[in-house]
Amino acid sequence: MRVPVSWLREYVDLPTEVTARELAAKLIAAGLEVETVEEVGADISGPIVVGRVLEIEELTGFKKPIRHCRVDVGAANGSGEPQNIICGARNFSEGDLVVVSLPGAELPGGFKIGARKTYGRMSEGMICSASELNLWEDHAGIIVLPEGTAEPGTDAFELLGLREDVLDIAVTPDRGYALSLRGVAREAAALYEVDFRDPAEAEPIEENGEGYPAEIADIDACDRFVLREVSGFDSDAPTPMWMKRRLALAGMRPVSLAVDVTNYVMWELGQPLHAFDRTKLSGGIVVRRAEAGERLETLDHVVRDLDPDDIVISDASGPISLAGTMGGLDSEIDDASTELVIEAAHFSAPNVARMARRHNLHSEASRRFERGVDRELPLRASARAVELLTRLGGGRPGGLTSVDPKVPGPAPIVIAERHAARIAGVDYPEGTAARRLRQIGCEVVEEGDTLRVSPPSWRPDLTDPNDLAEEVIRYEGYENIPSIPPRAPVGRGLSPGQRLRRAVGRALAGAGFTEVLSYPFVGERDLDGLQVEADDARRDALRLANPLNDDEPFLRTTLLPGLLKTLVRNVGRGFPDVALFEMGLVYLPKEGMPAAPLPGVDRAPTAEELAELEAAIPHQPRRVAAVLAGDREPAGWWGQGRAATWADAIEAAREVGRAAGVEITVRPGRYAPWHPGRCAELYVTVDGGEVLVGHAGELHPRVTKAYGLPARTAAMEVDLDPVERAREAVRAPEVSTYPVATQDVALVVETSVPAGEVEAALREGAGELLEDVRLFDVYTGEQVGEGRKSLAYSLRFRAGDRTLTAEEATAARDAAVAVAAERVGAVLRG
Amino acid sequence: MSAPNNSYDPVEVTSLHPDEVARMREEALAAIAGASSLEELKEVRLAHAGDRAPLALANREIGALPPAAKADAGKRVGGARRDVSEALKRRQAELEEERDARVLVEEAVDVTLPWDRVSRGARHPLTTIAERMTDIFVGMGFEVAEGPEVEAEWYNFDALNFQPDHPARTMQDTFFVEGAGGRPSGLVLRTHTSPVQVRALLTRELPVYVVAPGTTFRTDELDATHTPVFHQLEGLVVDEGVTLAHLRGAIDAFVSRMFGEGLTTRFRPSYFPFTEPSGEVDMQCFVCRGASVGNPDAPCRTCSSEGWIEIGGCGVVNPRVLTAAGVDTERYSGWAFGLGVERTLMFAHGVRDMHDMVEGDVRFTSAFGMEI
Ligand SMILES: [Zn+2]
Repeated sequence: MRVPVSWLREYVDLPTEVTARELAAKLIAAGLEVETVEEVGADISGPIVVGRVLEIEELTGFKKPIRHCRVDVGAANGSGEPQNIICGARNFSEGDLVVVSLPGAELPGGFKIGARKTYGRMSEGMICSASELNLWEDHAGIIVLPEGTAEPGTDAFELLGLREDVLDIAVTPDRGYALSLRGVAREAAALYEVDFRDPAEAEPIEENGEGYPAEIADIDACDRFVLREVSGFDSDAPTPMWMKRRLALAGMRPVSLAVDVTNYVMWELGQPLHAFDRTKLSGGIVVRRAEAGERLETLDHVVRDLDPDDIVISDASGPISLAGTMGGLDSEIDDASTELVIEAAHFSAPNVARMARRHNLHSEASRRFERGVDRELPLRASARAVELLTRLGGGRPGGLTSVDPKVPGPAPIVIAERHAARIAGVDYPEGTAARRLRQIGCEVVEEGDTLRVSPPSWRPDLTDPNDLAEEVIRYEGYENIPSIPPRAPVGRGLSPGQRLRRAVGRALAGAGFTEVLSYPFVGERDLDGLQVEADDARRDALRLANPLNDDEPFLRTTLLPGLLKTLVRNVGRGFPDVALFEMGLVYLPKEGMPAAPLPGVDRAPTAEELAELEAAIPHQPRRVAAVLAGDREPAGWWGQGRAATWADAIEAAREVGRAAGVEITVRPGRYAPWHPGRCAELYVTVDGGEVLVGHAGELHPRVTKAYGLPARTAAMEVDLDPVERAREAVRAPEVSTYPVATQDVALVVETSVPAGEVEAALREGAGELLEDVRLFDVYTGEQVGEGRKSLAYSLRFRAGDRTLTAEEATAARDAAVAVAAERVGAVLRG
Repeated sequence: MSAPNNSYDPVEVTSLHPDEVARMREEALAAIAGASSLEELKEVRLAHAGDRAPLALANREIGALPPAAKADAGKRVGGARRDVSEALKRRQAELEEERDARVLVEEAVDVTLPWDRVSRGARHPLTTIAERMTDIFVGMGFEVAEGPEVEAEWYNFDALNFQPDHPARTMQDTFFVEGAGGRPSGLVLRTHTSPVQVRALLTRELPVYVVAPGTTFRTDELDATHTPVFHQLEGLVVDEGVTLAHLRGAIDAFVSRMFGEGLTTRFRPSYFPFTEPSGEVDMQCFVCRGASVGNPDAPCRTCSSEGWIEIGGCGVVNPRVLTAAGVDTERYSGWAFGLGVERTLMFAHGVRDMHDMVEGDVRFTSAFGMEI
């Protein structure tokens, strides 16, 4: 809402010394968010004066007609002699009053005026158009001032309002009243405690004849409807410059007097108006809901299918206007309209909001109706419009139609006198609440400790006790609320899961991975790139109804696409050795996707309603994933680097397990997007049962190709929730100080036997004396034969209560080997 | 070098003769002085101070002397052995010093050589700053509440007093989730962390003191100051007798812990459907502390010379929200706030462009390390 300060001052006696910035600060402190204070015309300077065109000499021989003018600028040029000025415009005659920039003036855009030779003559200035002075948009030529406006030589700054401070206020949805000069002025008057002149309280205007017939068919749609007629209006009458200037400052484009007046009154009072051409109406007007199948061509030349929820103004021909949103083309006033019908009404706010959204028609009118317009305004605003139209455009007022179904107003709000004080934590003196509420226009009846408050008609937002408390507190000053530390009960700190997430993040970062927070939006292509099958569960993704990017309508079911794209971006920026991780939610639809209900809000949802809500919310497990490519350890002066491999990805998953204190069991697996021979399944044990928590390994070559990744990029993805559930309380180990007995064994197994299974067998067979097993060599080659491999393990035995004998250690080793032999066919290598 | 001890005479033992002891001593001292390396000295020690050294052997003979001679011989041999031992110690120290001067210099390396064999990782600054923000409130006794990111409209809007057709609801630029067969699902990507307020009230015992850090979504295109995926820290207190003064106290504590002691805050009235009264919170610019206002010679980039920085919204929990969450509004009241994590990071660490927080460039993230 743009508010020219001089316009505002017309209604409120602000002290003259108050600057626009001070006013803005005051309004901000009261809740009207002034975003900018624009100093319009601050870029205009120097001598700009009124001139009278004395002589025009038409110059010929140029591409376009050019005029050499002698212009009387009074004493403004110092000499009193007429000024010679070359001008390309043609919309003026000898004797006209014009606006002249003399040498030394500077116009918007840094345009400096000087005396210069052009078209073979000296030109000592410029005759200005409205656009050149940033007054309003006008391409019809230069400004011709009405005769008698001022004497030649008069300074034009004051005369035209070249300089003006304009407040731009971001009006919050509850303060619809502030979408008008009237509302802002009332606020400013209350804040400065000075007089306010209500522009809506104009002189009553005459009425001639019967009003245009109208009725309201649906009072839920419209509870106030006013029509006023003007007849014999001069459609050629120009909009006066002051009005054009104010409209331009407010951000509107001047169009024609009739349109400009409706806009002007809307800005001034906050009441949207609509003007019909009476000669285009047929029969009585009815405000009603649209009927199915009805259509209306609106002013923007769009033929719209109407919805039964739409409110329309109709006549015998059908709908002629979308209420409070946009008029119809056929009944609209045009350049030749002389018989006008001005409509001012009060429409249902939520209904207009729905219409604006449904038809994507967000206008200044709908913006005001959505936020609530003063129901008592239509009669006055229409009178104001008719007064302006007849004064500026001739004609005379016609009849008045006022449909007032007399809906009961809201009941008064009863609040405790101390209500605002209790909320603010400030001990306001008694009587403060009543005084402040009266200041904003409420009627207040004091009844002991309570107040019975009736808000004014322009404040439909005041419905609850706390709304009134806010009014009191903001006028008493939010800045006067003291600061008292809250006294929370003893908290339990972070939950185990919250601590785990931090630990996992630190562990992966410590292991050289950099955290990424990528967007969760993915497309079909991302899943294709992962080579997941058509029936893969990861294709069953939630879809956004209004994605930002039509290529990415889904919510991720895996963290990998975002990570892989980020990896590619880093490689592209010259960092071939990258290790990244991300922790975040994936979104998994539930079977059948039951729609979430909307329980009432006048009470807590019932257990059934809560269960229904939860049943509709998709599974959103938290995952952690990592990707890496290039060298895990770079080459350097110490020698060769070490390329990142499948093993680093699995190790990253183990790192996650270690951060949680949970053992991750690794088994060979096959799962997109991993290389089928280099993919690990990752398990943890929860309540005695193994749970698959994710995968790790090298990516399939087709995946690296699809994503443009470096060859042999590796990745892992793990579900954090089961990892957290797998945590068990740690019991302190008994640390034995007896000596260790080490036994090495080399076992030959089939190549296909996973080392993890061999180790598991050894552990089981070795029994309690085993302290640790470590695989220290893997050998394949002639000595063990085709299709076989040798795994060399170092077994460490130790007892808690004695030094083990060699026999005991050997027996334990033999037992371990025996289980490995039985389980995986391991043969002790000779 | 040692004299053979083959002529054992219980009365007169050759090796214990004063001249002989002196000779052994001299011989040993000469050998010690002649040792030119620690290795040689080790051999000399064996020969002259070891178990089989002449003086050691001589020492054993003392027992055979008549009692009268014992003390005298013992003194002599003992003195000689002490001299040898001390000479050895001295020579050892000399040679070690020599070695240190020579060998350790030869073994010197260039310690400025890099050893970045394991690449450095880092946590995202939005993660770590959100943790820091959270921890400030945890330190005040708050707990951390959570909720889903794909949220029911009821939690995101209705329960928070967003009326179905109110402009506030459409102003939120919501991502809607499509339901089965393209029908409405009643689900949205949460537009704020405020639905966690309702969840916390429905599931926790009163009083409630919680913060809820989390990811939120709005349909803004990514540019220097907007991102469709961003982060908030919600705070909620519902208790008996709480006031706006306590809210201000909590915010002030946050500002002083996060940005520095002594910074003032400013509340301005504003509007949110779920709080009434509502406010915006500004804090004094922690860079210029207001000195840039009206001072074109010392402009401030952080606050655009406004002197204040907007850090979030807040207010008294609208009793309608408490009602929808089943809280007795006669007895309890509450307040809530929402702080922007991106904004906090931008201000606290001078991040200029939202792209940097979104793109995952390792150069940006690495700079912040493990903690912020
Ligand atoms: Zn500053």
